[in-house]
Amino acid sequence: MANVFVRIGDWVNERAPGLAPTYRKHMTEYYAPKNFNLWYYFGSLALLVLVNQIVTGIFLTMNYDPSAAGAFDSVQYIMRDVEWGWLIRYMHTTGASLFFVVVFLHMFRGIMYGSFKKPRELVWLLGMLIFLVLMAEAFMGYVLPWGNMSFWGAKVIVSLFGTIPKIGPGLQEWIMGDFLPADATLNRFFALHVIALPIVLLLLVVLHLAALHEVGSNNPDGVDIKHGPKGNRWDALKPADGIPFHPYYTVKDLAGVGFFLLIAAFIIFFAPTFGGWFLEHDNSIAANNLVTPAQIKPVWYFTAFYAIVRMIPSAFGTAVWGVLGMFGSIALLFALPWIDVGPVKSIRYRGTGYKVALTIFVIAFLCLMAIGMDLTDEYFPKIFGADIDITLWDNVFGRIMTLTYFGFFVFLWLYTHLGWEKTKPVPDRVTTHD
Amino acid sequence: MANEVVDHGRRRFLTTATAVVGGVGIVSAAVPFIKSWEPSARAKAAGAPVTQSLKKIEPGQQLIIGWRSLPVFIVNRTPEQLAALPKQDPRLVDPKSDGSSAEQQPTYAQNGTRSIKPEWLVMVGICTHLGCVPNYVGEMKPEPFDPNWQGGYYCPCHHSRYDMAGRVYQGVPAPKNMQIPPYHFIDDTTVQIGVDAKGNA
Repeated sequence: MANVFVRIGDWVNERAPGLAPTYRKHMTEYYAPKNFNLWYYFGSLALLVLVNQIVTGIFLTMNYDPSAAGAFDSVQYIMRDVEWGWLIRYMHTTGASLFFVVVFLHMFRGIMYGSFKKPRELVWLLGMLIFLVLMAEAFMGYVLPWGNMSFWGAKVIVSLFGTIPKIGPGLQEWIMGDFLPADATLNRFFALHVIALPIVLLLLVVLHLAALHEVGSNNPDGVDIKHGPKGNRWDALKPADGIPFHPYYTVKDLAGVGFFLLIAAFIIFFAPTFGGWFLEHDNSIAANNLVTPAQIKPVWYFTAFYAIVRMIPSAFGTAVWGVLGMFGSIALLFALPWIDVGPVKSIRYRGTGYKVALTIFVIAFLCLMAIGMDLTDEYFPKIFGADIDITLWDNVFGRIMTLTYFGFFVFLWLYTHLGWEKTKPVPDRVTTHD
Repeated sequence: MANEVVDHGRRRFLTTATAVVGGVGIVSAAVPFIKSWEPSARAKAAGAPVTQSLKKIEPGQQLIIGWRSLPVFIVNRTPEQLAALPKQDPRLVDPKSDGSSAEQQPTYAQNGTRSIKPEWLVMVGICTHLGCVPNYVGEMKPEPFDPNWQGGYYCPCHHSRYDMAGRVYQGVPAPKNMQIPPYHFIDDTTVQIGVDAKGNA
């Protein structure tokens, strides 16, 4: 029997001699630094969630009806009448939110350990493109159930493009294919959500990994193992501080997968709406173009960027500034490798100013999230008394946080370009070597 | 048969010409795909004027009707609400609707009440920020978002505020007053939205 497998293997190798070397290059002979910590789970977890979204998504399309007349009912049909339909949909909706949880943490890891710095700028840019496509993918998926939040979410997001002077209104109609979100809008969003964007996403993920494997992985010490001593148990020419991705990190990642699935299963079975955070209550009402939900806010993962739109007032007769601010907040992340040019990668050996700035940046981001989720509207009166002017307080607080968000990038540019940073000595090798 | 001398100029010309013609072809082929996203003939056709009786709208009450799938607010404003309008002027972005909001109403509604008849407000209920439908908060009493509230509209999306004539307050994200559609009174208690008295849309 074993003989048959060997013969099949030989048969394939003769006809596709590049396959086995490719596998070795990316798995058994890809030497990753041996000091990865908890933060290094989120890349593989993002891949796991991507697979989950594709598989559950394919099964959802089998019962979903992408028309304004039928979409809402078909989602209810999946939830109530399709065998196990509720599970498949909850896996998809929970997966969407957890996708952003792992991607945010993955991005934070990259910032914290300087993984975006030379020579990994391309890895970072491709990753940011994935983030951008993921946001478009999530937004269009959010519209598909055609509940009232879907409808108004679509209207508000598409209206962002309508604020552009001159071409805005025409562009807005072009995106919607109507004067408001309608059948045409739903149909094209469905096509983009299930075909166009997933293809782009998969391509970008392949390029992201290919670019990473060209330069090699960074690590919590931010030292390049390729520049360290050579020779390990498997190969005399490869980095001494590297271990083969397979089986060492595949096994480690499996442990992470187990833990992650435990949390995901708990949410799917016991708290699929997550208190209105993952699935909003108002979306259980069918789309109604004449009534805006009493409290409209995006899903939690968009709230920080959305708060920036809200905090920037209109000026010179146009509301485009808020939209520019929101896109600018993402564009600055793209430019991070050229804003932060400090020579030391890892936060472990960077100056105190950087550590303080990064902490404040995270706090500002979380505060903007809270503002976007209207948590401040709810809690300010409880903290400061019922008779305060909420709009004023919300605006003051939100504008300070918006300035802090942008201030982080300004500070980082000055701090590293003007040489204000006092770094600690960086070790020659990863600190946990034998 | 091999050419001893390569004509580089000729080769460069042919390469460039092929690239340019191919590029024009690709751009031309993209046009139908881009144009296919425009509102279809069916979507454009669904925009006829609508007629509404005003008989059952009590003072202070608002009725929302659909026109071109847009919500149109029809409000029977009370004398108190009308009296409060001029007092709001210092707090508004464009109180006379002749600045940034000059295009937001037909000329026959470019006045203090932004209407043909003072009591009847007819307005497209779409926030000029990002297109939500603002809530009608007609009572003059302190509100959480404004302790000195004189009646008007409050947008749930980004907290923009408008007065009882749809004029936007200062310091909110919305840039303009809400839009007044073309409309006219067929008789004392019937209004037609979508065309003015001369039949212009």
